[in-house]
Amino acid sequence: MSARRIGALLLRHLYVWRRHWPAWTDLFYWPLLDLMVFGFLATYLARSQNTPMFLGLLLGALILWDLFFRIQQGISVSFLQEMWTRNLLNLFVSPLAMTEFLAAMMLFGLIKIAITATMMAAVAWGLYEFDFFTLGPALWPLAVGVIVFGWAVGTVVTAILLRFGPSAETLAWSLAFLFQPFGAVFYPLSVFPEWLRPALGLLPLTHVFEAMRAVLGGGGLDAGRIAWIFVLDAVYLVGAFAVFAVMFRGSMARGALLKAQD
Amino acid sequence: METVIDVQHLTKIFDGNPAVADVSFSVTRGEVVGFLGPNGAGKTTTIGMLLGVVSPTSGAIRVLDRPMPRFRREVLARVNFSSPYVSLPNNLSVRENLTVFSHLYHVTDPPRRIRELAALFGIEPYLDRITRALSSGEVARVNLAKAFLNDPEILFLDEPTAALDPDAADQVRTQLRRMQRERRLTIFCTSHNMLEVERLATRVIFVHRGRILADGPPRDIVAARGKASLEEFFVSLARETSDGAAS
Ligand SMILES: Nc1ncnc2c1ncn2[C@@H]1O[C@H](COP(=O)(O)OP(=O)(O)O)[C@@H](O)[C@H]1O
Ligand SMILES: [Mg+2]
Repeated sequence: MSARRIGALLLRHLYVWRRHWPAWTDLFYWPLLDLMVFGFLATYLARSQNTPMFLGLLLGALILWDLFFRIQQGISVSFLQEMWTRNLLNLFVSPLAMTEFLAAMMLFGLIKIAITATMMAAVAWGLYEFDFFTLGPALWPLAVGVIVFGWAVGTVVTAILLRFGPSAETLAWSLAFLFQPFGAVFYPLSVFPEWLRPALGLLPLTHVFEAMRAVLGGGGLDAGRIAWIFVLDAVYLVGAFAVFAVMFRGSMARGALLKAQD
Repeated sequence: METVIDVQHLTKIFDGNPAVADVSFSVTRGEVVGFLGPNGAGKTTTIGMLLGVVSPTSGAIRVLDRPMPRFRREVLARVNFSSPYVSLPNNLSVRENLTVFSHLYHVTDPPRRIRELAALFGIEPYLDRITRALSSGEVARVNLAKAFLNDPEILFLDEPTAALDPDAADQVRTQLRRMQRERRLTIFCTSHNMLEVERLATRVIFVHRGRILADGPPRDIVAARGKASLEEFFVSLARETSDGAAS
């Protein structure tokens, strides 16, 4: 692994940020819109139902969900950018290792969500007096829980883009949303039919959001649950790397790296 | 003489169709090889295998004495590639692009290297322009500058002048010749521009349907078939070996 090569790929994206303002909409515009809709909806529900819990539940879930979704998309979209600009082959014929490439994309995703999450937490506090940090020390393991799963899904999407080319682009935009209804993001696992729950328990997201609700509800952080989140995350991430390695070898065999441009 | 590329019985089959069929050749340091052949002959596939981005179905490749694609990263640090079908990110300036690739190739002192190459390829006037705004001739020179960042021992070019008008193409060739002489660079260049190959190459490998039909200095292989020019040679060989070609 060469830190310099990883830095080179980060630099490439920072250059884009510096001069290309639409790149900023991902960081601020969309998250801000989400926050407005959900924040005001929660405020309204909290008042009319007289259940102040709503605000925390919705905004907490929204911010954690956004971390997951944006880090996944960050990875897939930076790969798509190399495809769109027909730069992939230049990268593949350089000494860049695929591990360096993935590391750079993960790091870049992390930088992006750090900016987005800070902005969201500040706005949630300013507009709704929701202090994201009331989650307290529970915040960090839960954030790690969604981020690592986001890396895993982003890596799989990238592997699929590598294998099937830009025609799989829709997947980059939509795969993460598959986890929204099933990840127990905005509602507890208990709303699902009983037979479905064990399967949903295999998603780290389910446990992250259940844990978040428990903490906001005044309960503590279940250490066993956190450990389980990390185990699941590790399994998914290793699995994602394996999928990527297989797809990469497959693309070499099928000549797809030469054609990944058009 | 030192062999820098060695290819033995190289075959690549895509979905049952051989794109490269039992090709063997070797290249010594300082040679300028024109890898010629009609569309679909297997030129790009061969370059892809030499660069370790396409895995062979069978056969052996050694580049700079390392087996490919197993040692691809080690080899790729010492060679480079340029083609009009690949581009640098067009939303970065030329200087930014060259900076990013300097770091990818671990170039010492990137700003100085970029200044040197900019002078060499005459791209100083647009170093700070956005790549998107360049003409195709300018882009070709920038791509070449990128390909020289790591001072490669072998330069792979896939139809380097395909997108250029005759004047721009001539300038690129002139620069390539100069760099080649100064550095004893090995160039492996595909093309179907015969004039280009006649001016650049010290040796021609002619492929058709994945097989080598001729290999030697341009003048010799043309003379061996009683032709006046490489162009005539190309046309006669390509037609003769096509299925059902009228005689
Ligand atoms: N990735 C690929 N998948 C399937 N067939 C391919 C692929 N790349 C090239 N081919 C086929 O292999 C043959 C050689 O292609 P190519 O190496 O691009 O030829 P050239 O560069 O000489 O024009 C052609 O018939 C082409 O259609
Ligand atoms: Mg070609």
